[in-house]
Amino acid sequence: MGQCQCGNSAESKEKYLAPLKTILEGYEGKQKDLIPVLQKAQDEYGYLPEEVIKEIANALNLSLSQVYGVVTFYSQFHLEPRGENIIRVCLGTACHVRGGGQVLNKIKEELGVDDGETTEDLKFTLESVACIGACGLAPVIMINDDTHGRLTPDKIPAILDKYKA
Amino acid sequence: MDTITLTIDGQQVEVQQGATLLEAARELGIEIPTLCYHPDLSLHGSCRVCVVEDVKSGRLLASCVAPVNNGMEISTNSSKARVARKTNVELLLANHPNDCLGCDRNGSCELQDITHDLGITRVDFEGEKRDLPVDASGPSLKREPNKCILCGRCVRVCEEVQGVSALEFTERGFNSIVSTGFDLPQSEVNCANCGQCATVCPTAAITEISEVDKVWAALEDDTKHVVVQTAPSIQSSLGEEFGMEPGTVVTGQMAAALRRLGFDKVFTTDFAADLTIMEEGNEFIQRFKGEKNLPHITSCCPGWVKFCEHNYPDLISHLSSAKSPMSMFSAISKSYYAEESEIDAKDIYTVAIMPCTAKKFEKDREELVGDTDAVLTTRELARMIKEMGIKFETLADEKYDEMLGAHTGAGTIFGTTGGVTEAALRTVKEELDGEPLGRLGLGFEGIQEASLEVAGQTVNVAIANGLANASKLLDEVRAGNSKYHFIEVMACPNGCVGGGGQPLPTSKEIKQKRALGLRSIDESDSIRKSHENPMIKKLYDDYLGEPLGGHSHHLLHTKYQKRDRN
Ligand code: SF4
Ligand code: SF4
Ligand code: SF4
Ligand code: FES
Ligand code: FES
Repeated sequence: MGQCQCGNSAESKEKYLAPLKTILEGYEGKQKDLIPVLQKAQDEYGYLPEEVIKEIANALNLSLSQVYGVVTFYSQFHLEPRGENIIRVCLGTACHVRGGGQVLNKIKEELGVDDGETTEDLKFTLESVACIGACGLAPVIMINDDTHGRLTPDKIPAILDKYKA
Repeated sequence: MDTITLTIDGQQVEVQQGATLLEAARELGIEIPTLCYHPDLSLHGSCRVCVVEDVKSGRLLASCVAPVNNGMEISTNSSKARVARKTNVELLLANHPNDCLGCDRNGSCELQDITHDLGITRVDFEGEKRDLPVDASGPSLKREPNKCILCGRCVRVCEEVQGVSALEFTERGFNSIVSTGFDLPQSEVNCANCGQCATVCPTAAITEISEVDKVWAALEDDTKHVVVQTAPSIQSSLGEEFGMEPGTVVTGQMAAALRRLGFDKVFTTDFAADLTIMEEGNEFIQRFKGEKNLPHITSCCPGWVKFCEHNYPDLISHLSSAKSPMSMFSAISKSYYAEESEIDAKDIYTVAIMPCTAKKFEKDREELVGDTDAVLTTRELARMIKEMGIKFETLADEKYDEMLGAHTGAGTIFGTTGGVTEAALRTVKEELDGEPLGRLGLGFEGIQEASLEVAGQTVNVAIANGLANASKLLDEVRAGNSKYHFIEVMACPNGCVGGGGQPLPTSKEIKQKRALGLRSIDESDSIRKSHENPMIKKLYDDYLGEPLGGHSHHLLHTKYQKRDRN
């Protein structure tokens, strides 16, 4: 779960939530504003921390559960901090058959995180995805907007190094 | 409005435009099984257990949502429809734990009934079972998401009837479940503990936290003097658990059964309801005369109180400070009763039988902890009676024990919407102008109002049941344009007769029958006013002194706390 990043004091909480307050001011506080408010808040904070979600629920007169339901329904929203680099490992049929699973395992091992997790230094977020439309290059991963194809586990460390700088 | 004519299973039927196929079929007395459909909630149309065949097109339609069309020919029992219904139920069972033997709802589960009715004897699909944690951390309700069939009835009742939305669909696809924000325990979100979700859940995915074992242990403990109080509304609902018609008054048999279970004294919350009226009635008179904290709002419903603390913390000063009848009873059982019967208060164990899951939460509130030792729902009491092998239907009537068993019709009607208001006004009016209260003529609507002349002044009262209805009245109070002096709120539809701990299944009709049962007790009671209850008079004379006096204040009044909206 995304832990509150705002510390304990009321003052630092207020400071932490100030940008959100500014975002909310641009809306009427109606339930239909939920998705755009969540998008803007995520742009601001990088993800949707619990404190932020609570504040949004209060402002739009929704319950925490209602907002959480929406956040977990759409894959665009994230409850955890995201890494600087997003690694998407394809596990679609073609990639799967050609060893996508081994590639994923190698990355997990190299970064010390599981599927869906982010490294502690916030450098990488690892995600497995279904076919990304580059089956000819299977197995494929994408790091941010770069496609890396025809992979074998031994090629992984060098690729990751390029993004570590 | 236009009418539509169609044929269902070869019979013609004429219904209003906009009706559903399910409604049309029921008009003809044709039963179609349903699961996600609930008559008191909006339509969902997700389980497809209700499919019927449109004969002309051969299409299968979900009858609970499909509208009628002129000239339609519908077959509810073509082999195509029957096979589809069966398959849809089998698919639900494929992901279901299917451990009916050990399940709380064994015997009252709609999924089990449908499985039986459709003649499903084994499940051929091997589905992936979910392994989600059980949430049993709160005082009131237990959630077992593995038993959830995603019908959404709890989500809808919590949103549409209660305006709380503590439960929601979360995640997507196969991972989709009904949960709370951040999957927090239900007791850590804005839930009111009313248990309406449990009453509409077709399976055991939401049930009360059982305290039956605690009560058995107390009953078997020779050092404990175990007293029991039963809430007003139990008298006309408990019989349903033993096959009787809803609304059947079983007060005498209930008292007999409680004695057989081994309770040392069998008392009634009706007594304490009279006491609540004495305190709260006088509190209202003070506020009315002093024009302070009006409208006065009732506080005997713990579901409503928690909802108010979350959503209207600014209006807490309007709540009556009087404890609920349950908590007043318990406080008296450990003070006056203990002294009168020369029993050490610490040896007294007070059990409350309530129609209510929120009362389990009330018992644990920091302001009230220690008053009541255990709260059982109507359903839990029935379970104990069955476990003891007591043949409830054959018991001869017995009476409550003396002292805290003395009751009036006023106390009894606390169990139905409007009852507290009527009981309070019977006493308040006589106190203020010496005249008896005329008929208020209350029904069962979600919001009702009445005006009456008292000592030359007009008193406007409003009564809400269901928390979404309460919000409408409270929003007016907050905006400063409420014309009412007295507002009664009960969290559950129809009041406690519709409580979250009452027998299942339940429906509007069943709740109304229970309410009529309570009114019939009131009408035949020789004493119908709280202030005329002889034991109440004696309690004030011998022990408490005056209503709102120092002694009462200490024992019978409480405080509330602000809670976060979310
Ligand atoms: S107990 Fe009441 S408020 Fe809580 S989730 Fe159930 S229906 Fe909603
Ligand atoms: S918990 Fe019960 S009522 Fe709620 S969706 Fe699941 S099965 Fe339906
Ligand atoms: S209306 Fe009655 S049963 Fe429902 S929560 Fe309130 S006290 Fe409990
Ligand atoms: S399966 Fe991996 S790109 Fe298509
Ligand atoms: S009852 Fe009709 S779709 Fe569920």
